[in-house]
Amino acid sequence: MKLQEREGQRAGLAKNASGTLALPVRRSIFGNLVGKAWTIAEWEARKIRHDFTDLITRAVQPILWLLVFGEVFSHIRAIPTGNISYLEFMSPGILAQSVLFISIFAGIAIIWERDLGVIHKFLASPTPRVSLVIGKGLASGVRALPQAIVIYLLALILGVHMNFNPLCLLGTFVMVVLGAGCFSTFSLIIACLLKTRDRVMGIGQVLTMPMFFASNAIYPIAIMPSWLQVIARINPLTYVVDGLRTLMLTNTTSYTSLVPDFAVLIGVTIVLVALGAKLYPRIVQ
Amino acid sequence: MTAIIEVQHLVKIFGEHRAVNDIHFVVEQGEVFGLLGPNGAGKSTTIKMLTTLLPPTSGKASVNGFDIVRSTTAVRHSIGYVPQALSADGNLTGFENLLIFAKLYDLPRSVRKTRAWEVLEYVGLTDAGNQLVRNYSGGMIRRLEVAQALLHQPRVLFLDEPTVGLDPVARQAIWDHLMKLRQESNMTILLTTHSMEEADSLCTRIGIMHRGQIAVIGTPDELKATVGGENPNLNDVFVYYAGDALESGGSYRETSRARRTARRLG
Repeated sequence: MKLQEREGQRAGLAKNASGTLALPVRRSIFGNLVGKAWTIAEWEARKIRHDFTDLITRAVQPILWLLVFGEVFSHIRAIPTGNISYLEFMSPGILAQSVLFISIFAGIAIIWERDLGVIHKFLASPTPRVSLVIGKGLASGVRALPQAIVIYLLALILGVHMNFNPLCLLGTFVMVVLGAGCFSTFSLIIACLLKTRDRVMGIGQVLTMPMFFASNAIYPIAIMPSWLQVIARINPLTYVVDGLRTLMLTNTTSYTSLVPDFAVLIGVTIVLVALGAKLYPRIVQ
Repeated sequence: MTAIIEVQHLVKIFGEHRAVNDIHFVVEQGEVFGLLGPNGAGKSTTIKMLTTLLPPTSGKASVNGFDIVRSTTAVRHSIGYVPQALSADGNLTGFENLLIFAKLYDLPRSVRKTRAWEVLEYVGLTDAGNQLVRNYSGGMIRRLEVAQALLHQPRVLFLDEPTVGLDPVARQAIWDHLMKLRQESNMTILLTTHSMEEADSLCTRIGIMHRGQIAVIGTPDELKATVGGENPNLNDVFVYYAGDALESGGSYRETSRARRTARRLG
């Protein structure tokens, strides 16, 4: 009888309040978690589909880095890059850089959404907090992926040799999404702690500079002073760059270094997501 | 009558400030219960606790029989929530906004789309469903949000100042929709407002909040009777119970939020 009642109410519009809830889909905890993270990412993808000017303006910066900085440094040959050209060496680094720049300010968007009340609605819905955080990370990945395509295209135009092996391309995309997820979750945590746009902006700017230059993005770690090498080794960006370099360049002889690269990033991301899920509700309090 | 919201000795303290200070009340199924009070009286804090956004410092509350601290997921499935700010995403269409939430509320794939169009029709947005929300008026966004809150057929609908910043026509439209909802569905509604007119025309019962406490609870007529005098209106009741708060006004944050909403509506 209960069931009939439910069915009847579903047909009606709002005529349900005296009855039971709409029958929600039953899913496993894991399925629920992943499915809803995917929904949050879908939300971002739909936004981009309606308005992709943002993607175009964001592509300008990496193009300038490669065209101006890259060309100049290629000619002066100041940086030892072994048997590959400087542009080749640098291209994966610039991709990693744009992943970092796109993601590290994700916290500002979170604060904006808080002010709009969007986060209130998400938190009042039966969505696991972990899904909200992972979904935001994936959303940053969605915004970062076109950058990878831009870099590949530009590299083709500039005559830089890239590895177009489908598996390596796939690996590159996974690495880009993982890196974006890692840095944007870091930004989300900062946003939950600092709670205002100006502060997150400030911290973001303070962090991007050292993260970029204390990494192997535009020069090898080997030429750094030893104290900086230590910082570069604990910098997650270094592992993104290293992974991308292995996957994108044609001179790669061994893929074993991908194991520590992915392991470090996955590990850091898991810790950040757990922390972010814990802190996320605080942003509306 | 069955109680659908039960609040016992609920307290929320921020630092030194007792935002909600030992309130209790019961809302019966099918009621439209209004929490009335000046800015900073604790209305929004109360609604945030009941919608599981904010854990209480002490005390107990249940919604649809589920404890708001221990059974958060069950509470969240039971409620629809329209926050104070106009929060629909302007970069998506109205339909897409609903679709995302249909997924978050676990609606089966087979009914998501039909259900989204159903609620759009219910609030009179069928024609605007495929337009970007950016091009909606303030009143349309509010209706879309009411539609979104109804998607999963909640037992209780929470509305935090549903008509703040809307023009009189849009406000009337929201009221009409809520009245229709009340008549057709027997859905329980809890709303906060500082508009006397809104409370008087919509609510079956009103609790006036003042400095984190509930100063008085009753039907609009009962409240008017307690004040006495000739032809008292709810304004008189409000001033009678929360009068000294009108002077001090709301917090800066609430005022700036109201302004922002107003700006957004243009």
